[in-house]
Amino acid sequence: MTLAPTSDPAPAPPDGTAAPVVDLRGVSRRFGTVDALLDLDLSVPSGTITVLLGPNGAGKTTATRIITGALEPHHGDVRVFGLDPATHGEEVRRRCGVVSAKPALYDRLTGHANLAYSAELYGLGRGPEVDERIHAAATRFGIEHALDQQVGGFSTGMKTRLALARSVLHDPQLLLFDEPTSGLDPESSHAVLEMIKSMTGGGVTVIMCTHLLLEAEGLAQQVVVLEGGTDLVAGAPRELTRRFWPASVVRLDAEDRSQLARVVEMPGVRGAETVGDGLKELAGMAGDGVDAPLGSGPVDVQLEDPDGVADLVDALVRSGVRLTRVEPRIPTLEDLYFAVRRSRAQSHTVLADDGGRQLTPASNGAGS
Amino acid sequence: MTAPATPVARPTGRINASVKPPIRLKPSRVWTIARTELKQLIEARDFWMPMMILGGIFFLVIPTILLFAITSIGNIHAVHQISQAVQLLPAKARAAVRGKSEQGQTAYALAVFLLAPVAVVVPLTISTAVGASTIVGERERGTGEFLAHSPASVHEIYLGKLIASVVPGYVTTIVGFGLYSLIVNTLVGPEVGGWFFPTTQWWVLMLWVVPPFVLLTLSVVLRLSARVKSTAAAQQASGLVTLPLIMIAYGEATGAVYGGNWVGIAVGAVVWFLALLGLWRGMKAVTRGRLLGVADGI
Repeated sequence: MTLAPTSDPAPAPPDGTAAPVVDLRGVSRRFGTVDALLDLDLSVPSGTITVLLGPNGAGKTTATRIITGALEPHHGDVRVFGLDPATHGEEVRRRCGVVSAKPALYDRLTGHANLAYSAELYGLGRGPEVDERIHAAATRFGIEHALDQQVGGFSTGMKTRLALARSVLHDPQLLLFDEPTSGLDPESSHAVLEMIKSMTGGGVTVIMCTHLLLEAEGLAQQVVVLEGGTDLVAGAPRELTRRFWPASVVRLDAEDRSQLARVVEMPGVRGAETVGDGLKELAGMAGDGVDAPLGSGPVDVQLEDPDGVADLVDALVRSGVRLTRVEPRIPTLEDLYFAVRRSRAQSHTVLADDGGRQLTPASNGAGS
Repeated sequence: MTAPATPVARPTGRINASVKPPIRLKPSRVWTIARTELKQLIEARDFWMPMMILGGIFFLVIPTILLFAITSIGNIHAVHQISQAVQLLPAKARAAVRGKSEQGQTAYALAVFLLAPVAVVVPLTISTAVGASTIVGERERGTGEFLAHSPASVHEIYLGKLIASVVPGYVTTIVGFGLYSLIVNTLVGPEVGGWFFPTTQWWVLMLWVVPPFVLLTLSVVLRLSARVKSTAAAQQASGLVTLPLIMIAYGEATGAVYGGNWVGIAVGAVVWFLALLGLWRGMKAVTRGRLLGVADGI
């Protein structure tokens, strides 16, 4: 999966005229001496899937807790559905569905009792209609067969499915998933991500926290990279791809590799560098390239025009190069993540060298 | 830090100092939380079995053995010893002792006066055990996250937990009290001319004095449960804190029964006041941060 335009899973976010569902401005939250969030800005448009990417301790979980009003910020402005969760917490939370990293289910209760408890707390009440709703939600996530069993006997996958069913029971407008595939096997993870993708139908807004880049691919319409409680970068995957990889890249190999040296003379080529035989990843494009002369191995060619691959291939063939490999290199979210962090690290180094303020992100041990 | 895609004209960087909305409680939601907590207790056989045994020992086994030994077996040694204890009762209480024979009077005094504090010890012990784990348990199991994100207010959560902690101890006590009454009337009734129990003082004790003592104890226990790091720590701390309360309750319950109805009502009124004060202050101990386990100091 990649960040290619075709990989966007759903229609692009609205044009920005509508008020965002979630709007955090300069939000900070401290636990003791640790800054869990530091001047965080986050804007989530309605009906989109936003992925908060970041390592453990980046502030993802704290951000979701601030959004529902489960925690209050020490500084900054929070608006969810245009409301301040600190003063309109009940209304905000009633319109949110949350799946936390741990499923947060009551082991001594049955699956049905867990969902019924949630239904009552969210104001759905009790009775046959609610029972039908519970059954429908459980069926949607393939857990209806276990509703009468105690949750303590559930597998991790079953618990996650039940937690997902619970999160949508009251038809929330905003869904917050905090590492929902934590502890799941690859097959279950894939199924859960597919379910999450299917939830955005009907205008529901989704915010998902993860440190797994592969999870976010194919799912995110907006990516926010967090580190040390601060947002490093935010935007649509396509937009970020353009920002961090202004040039399109194609990897070429030929029967006679020495002929590949000619590529730099071709029109529309911005630059080229030799890479190892398939071992070098795109992450190396920002300066980590193999220090070898062109023609000693496959080359990664940077093009000015993203659609210039066909023209380049045509030109090379006309000049007598017998190509054995033409592989357009489309950056993945993983590439993006490391590029953002690398860019951040470089800016820190520059500032430090200039004697400026050291911008090392605060370490963070509380929440994540 | 990154510029949002859709700028909205709104002042930023405000120090968070939101004006809190007034406390509004939905009784249905309080009851939902309490009921779910109780449902889990019922499923926990390892919890309610010791609870039943404790109530059974205090309300059934010990009274039955003692009263049966006095009234039916005519254990002279036991009668003599308890008669000596009866002499220590206040004059008003001694004057109230009924019975055709020394055995009957001894049995009456034992049933009405000497076993009264049991009615306080049982509910306090059980409610402390339930209450100590109720909030910290949510945090340990991770379910505090669910509650913290739910629309329920912290006050509703607190009251739900409070009710769920009161009910097991108080219901056990009321059921035990009913069975105790049956035993007392069956064994001692023939000695004093028919069914006589519960006396008015016992009604006052059970319905007016015991409930506020339970609430007062729980106001302390729930605060501890919200603040400590583990269930084990909550149990330890609760045991230490509530032991003096149990001793005070023991003494006051005795006084309420010995001193007559007005003494019982006065004692109850004072304890109700203290209990409500404690609960009001205790309500502030439960926060969403504490349910999540991220509040400073946890």
